[in-house]
Amino acid sequence: MKSMLTGLLEWTDARFPLTKMWDEHLAKYYAPKNFNLWYFFGSLALLVLVMQILTGIWLTMYYKPDAEGAFRSVEYIMREVEWGWLIRYMHSTGASAFFIVVYLHMFRGLMYGSYKQPRELIWVVGMLIYGALMAEAFFGYLLPWGQMSFWGAQVIISLFGAIYEPLAVWIRGDYVVSDATLNRFFSLHVVAIPMLLLGLVAAHIIALHEVGSNNPDGVEIKKKKNADGIPLDGIPFHPYYTVKDIMGAVGFLILFAAVVFFVPEFGGWFLESANFVPADPLKTPEHILPVWYFTPYYAILRAIPDKILGVVAMGAAVVILFVIPWLDRHPVRSVRYRSSLFKLLLAVFAVTFVVLGYLGTQPPTPVFSEIGLRLGEIYFSFFLVLWYYSRERSAACTWTVLVFVAVIMLIGDGIRYDEAKAGLMMKSALLPIGFYFVFVFLPMIAPGLNASKPVPERVT
Amino acid sequence: MSADGADLRRRRFLTGAVTVVGGVGAAFAAWPFASAWQPSERARAIGAPIEVDISKLEPGRLLTDKWQGKPVWIMRRTEDVLTQLPGLDGELRDPKSEEDQQPSYATNEYRSIKPEVLVLVGLCTHLGCSPTYLKAGDPQLGAEWKGGFFCPCHGSRFDLAGRVFAGVPAPTNLVVPPHKYLSDTRILIGEDSGGAA
Repeated sequence: MKSMLTGLLEWTDARFPLTKMWDEHLAKYYAPKNFNLWYFFGSLALLVLVMQILTGIWLTMYYKPDAEGAFRSVEYIMREVEWGWLIRYMHSTGASAFFIVVYLHMFRGLMYGSYKQPRELIWVVGMLIYGALMAEAFFGYLLPWGQMSFWGAQVIISLFGAIYEPLAVWIRGDYVVSDATLNRFFSLHVVAIPMLLLGLVAAHIIALHEVGSNNPDGVEIKKKKNADGIPLDGIPFHPYYTVKDIMGAVGFLILFAAVVFFVPEFGGWFLESANFVPADPLKTPEHILPVWYFTPYYAILRAIPDKILGVVAMGAAVVILFVIPWLDRHPVRSVRYRSSLFKLLLAVFAVTFVVLGYLGTQPPTPVFSEIGLRLGEIYFSFFLVLWYYSRERSAACTWTVLVFVAVIMLIGDGIRYDEAKAGLMMKSALLPIGFYFVFVFLPMIAPGLNASKPVPERVT
Repeated sequence: MSADGADLRRRRFLTGAVTVVGGVGAAFAAWPFASAWQPSERARAIGAPIEVDISKLEPGRLLTDKWQGKPVWIMRRTEDVLTQLPGLDGELRDPKSEEDQQPSYATNEYRSIKPEVLVLVGLCTHLGCSPTYLKAGDPQLGAEWKGGFFCPCHGSRFDLAGRVFAGVPAPTNLVVPPHKYLSDTRILIGEDSGGAA
């Protein structure tokens, strides 16, 4: 029996690089031995992708992409199809889980400098995946044809109309969101974007395995190899990390199942209550907001009291993430060995992103809009400081940065100046002022705060 | 590729020619795919005018109908509202309706044909949500609020002539659709004396 299997493998290997691929990507792919919890999220993203594709195929068996029947067909799946509720809730919870996992995966990359040379392309391809994922989520959210589906799509498509009105008509295929829009979004959601995603994921992994994984110390393990050419700090991905990742998958699936079974709508965060009402083109629901994973960008859009500028800022907030590898040129990769101020900067960025996300879910009152605008300024400032920290900067450079920022912000505040809000604007200005005081001015008088620590030769 | 004894000029020319011809072909092939996303003939034809009966519309009330798939509002404004409108001019972005958001016969201080009857497309000029009619002094907007339309999506505000307030995301006044009176109590929306819109 054994010899028959071996024979089959040899027969195959002579015709298809099976063993070669197994070795290159698993059995002889040497990954750093010091991966921590943060390294679960890559394989978890893959798990969620598989789950979404599987549940998606099953949902497509009953769903009808038709403005007359879409809402009813989803209710049919929920109430009458055997286990339909489970498959539907797995898919809707899976969408949010995907973004949770991907955001944590991206933050891991930020912390350990995983985008730095020679891993720039892994980051760029990863960002393309993130973009495709946002498109996939947006197209998918229209399909249940509920109130939030309809008006969410109306708003997002209008963003393109803000740039060039005929573009919005072209995307919708009609003068309003209609059956034509629903049908093409269905096609994009179940065929085009998933294929694109699979291709991009393959490219992401191929690029990763070409250069090798980074690690929490940011040390290049390929620099120290034994006589056989195997990195001293590397261990084969299989079985070491396959086992570790299975462990992560089990932990994840327990949490996932708890949500699917007990709180699938997650208090309106994963599925909004307005979406249980059929789409009505004549009435916008009172509180319309995107699902949580879009709200940080949405808060930036809303905070800017100018249509075109708001759309541009929102787009820029996503696009700027692509160029992080070329903004942060600091030689030290891992946050472990970077300065105290850099650690704080990263924390402030994460908090800003989360608070913006919260503001995006709240009604646009003047106070919240104002805070949203200031946090938007801090969001973009993060990237400026990332660049500024790339190397030692002279006092002249520091002052140039400070003056440049002050001028830009003063111009912005001058344009949107409103006597009724003057007090609020001045108070909220303390946010960016404090930010620049701590992160740009302070290191000039206390350089120790921005000094990196020595990086070890080997991983710890 | 071997270059031994090859006519490189000829090779470059052939490569270039094939690239250009292939590129043009690809561009032509892309056209039908991109074009297929335009509204179909049927979608274009559906924008027929609608007739609305306003005989039962009481002062201060709003009526919503559907034209070209969009909500259309018809409101009969009270005398109070009409006298208050000019007083808001200072808070508005385009009080004189200079932007082309209405037919010429509605380019006046009330933005309507008959002063009291307001006809608007009920979609916010920011990102296309449908604003909500809030009466004067509505708790959401405070005692200063004179009545008007509030967009729940991004907080844009419009007065009872559909004129946008300054300092909100919406850039322009609400659209007044082409319309005409068939009789004292019947309005045709989507067509005016100048023909179909």
